[in-house]
Amino acid sequence: MSRPVLFVTRRLPASIEAQAEQDFEARLTPSDIAISDMAARAEGADAVLCCLGDVLDAKTIAALPASVKVIGTFSVGYDHIDVPAAKARGIEVCNTPDVSSVATAECAMLLLMAAARRAGEGERLVRSGKWNGWAPTQLLGTQVSGRRLGIFGMGRIGREIARMARGFDMEIHYRDMTRLPPELEQGAIFHDNDDSFLPVCQFLSLNAPGGDGTRRWLSKDCIAKLPFGAVVVNTARGTLVDDAALIAALRSGQIAAAGLDVYNGEPRLNPEYPTLENVVLLPHLGSATTETRDAMGRIVLSGIAAILAGKSPSNQVG
Amino acid sequence: MKPRLLLACLTTTDVVARAHAEFDAIIAEGPDDMTVAEVIQAAHAHQAEGIVFTNTLPFNETMFTGLPASVRVGATCSVGYDHIDVPAARARGLAVTNTPGVLTECTADHGMMLMLAAARRGAEYDRIMRKGWGYRIGQGDLLGVRVTGKRIGILGMGRIGRAFAQRARGFDMKVMYHGRTRLPPELEMGAEYFSDFHAMLPHCDFLSIHAPGSAATDKMIDAKAFSLMPDGAVLVNVSRGTLIDEDAMLDALKSGKLFAAGLDVFREEPAFDKRFAELENVVLSPHVGSASKETRDAMGFRALDNIAAVLAGKPAIDPLWKD
Repeated sequence: MSRPVLFVTRRLPASIEAQAEQDFEARLTPSDIAISDMAARAEGADAVLCCLGDVLDAKTIAALPASVKVIGTFSVGYDHIDVPAAKARGIEVCNTPDVSSVATAECAMLLLMAAARRAGEGERLVRSGKWNGWAPTQLLGTQVSGRRLGIFGMGRIGREIARMARGFDMEIHYRDMTRLPPELEQGAIFHDNDDSFLPVCQFLSLNAPGGDGTRRWLSKDCIAKLPFGAVVVNTARGTLVDDAALIAALRSGQIAAAGLDVYNGEPRLNPEYPTLENVVLLPHLGSATTETRDAMGRIVLSGIAAILAGKSPSNQVG
Repeated sequence: MKPRLLLACLTTTDVVARAHAEFDAIIAEGPDDMTVAEVIQAAHAHQAEGIVFTNTLPFNETMFTGLPASVRVGATCSVGYDHIDVPAARARGLAVTNTPGVLTECTADHGMMLMLAAARRGAEYDRIMRKGWGYRIGQGDLLGVRVTGKRIGILGMGRIGRAFAQRARGFDMKVMYHGRTRLPPELEMGAEYFSDFHAMLPHCDFLSIHAPGSAATDKMIDAKAFSLMPDGAVLVNVSRGTLIDEDAMLDALKSGKLFAAGLDVFREEPAFDKRFAELENVVLSPHVGSASKETRDAMGFRALDNIAAVLAGKPAIDPLWKD
């Protein structure tokens, strides 16, 4: 029996490409540039393994060859894939749930602390050779321990962040559609509306999915309801933020500092962000640890194989 | 009559305001903390009874010889006191205090920040962003090291070391420590004790330094120590730069023995070894472990409280030694 053909749209970690070649007749792409000729390159493939940044909208999916039965994405999020359109064509979709939650939560904590403690400014000062000594207000930051943290979107990543933040004696609040059961809530305080939630958020971490329901949620009005000098972190999706409003608040001091891993229009970003001292910026590398990327590769490849074998793996979407 | 105070280091406006309200105070105006010569001169002119300073001022025999007899107490706004000659101060009959406790949380926070930033390449990523980014990063490129679930060795399990351990537990880290003595179980909280520092090192995916600077700890982290650590370990230092042999650390950072380091302190400050600034895999901060408004206020207030207590004939709150 011949092995199924897997078209991989991007260069992946070497260990994952090796695994793909072992499990499939793998058609690898030794490039980081998004491909424009998906349909042609998927010709004859049983499955496509794509990444964030590959747009699999209804039109692209409609153009896929009939051979394609599965689309796997090397990501947790699948807002770049039109899942109903795929399903309508009989194509199943699978992703990499769970395995990157911890890495992304670590990134959120890193951004939260680095923004609060002005790590970027400190780094630039030291490296510039202009560190001349101590001054009383030099780089005075915002205390993290013991403060209130609001988590917008209390899914797996949000709950991991809550667990980490408890080590800093932070008081955890969360805003979500529904209240979690006590064993998942772990004492965190639930808010069913933004008006009660925002004023408590000395720190605010965005962890809700992208899409129309959360588009530009962090708006000018929303920001005005935060306590003065709040610290905001986004490791979810750039679409949750109204960039102009956030930038204005970072300039006025309403928001003391922000830590961002995700952006509207990435890999481009609003050009004003890099001009601000009080932001810490990461290039969407929330899941970028060796351990996590290996785990993501294993789960998506096994999901693709399982679907092709007629099974319904736990990482099948929809 | 208010007690006469010399506030020899720059501090926050709230601390200055309290110094003026409660003392007859002379206050350093900057741009830097007062030098030894400036302190001696001002102390004579003001007939100061108490001096508030920080680790920028060597509080030693030279200083004591120069100070007027009016000075009875010195209070450093720091927990470390490697800048203070304790035997000489005792011999002179001075009371000297520090500010333990009030900067514990802030410094432990900063250590965790540096650990995460070093492991997850935070500073390097931020530099990519400030150059404009604009390209896709390969799924196998620029990968960091996961923190959660790893093993952390803590050198020096005092207040800050224990606060650091508490934070590390939130990341499911296995905590090990070395100190001169083993802690009681209620402070140890399940951390594994190593009486031999070198015996702990082979288990340290991460190593965080919280022991005080002193002759005994000078260059404790040397080439031998690095050789005992696992390849790709991450080092954090928010204590004192003197604990590390910086040449050996630079070698370890370049060879990959260390994946990365997060450093808030250096052997020489602020004239630190510029070779660190050439490396991508270090996260550098300018000795700001206690730099939050709340903490700096608390440190200054605590120093003033100590001076006030001693000058009122009461015991110091945070004496460096017990008589």
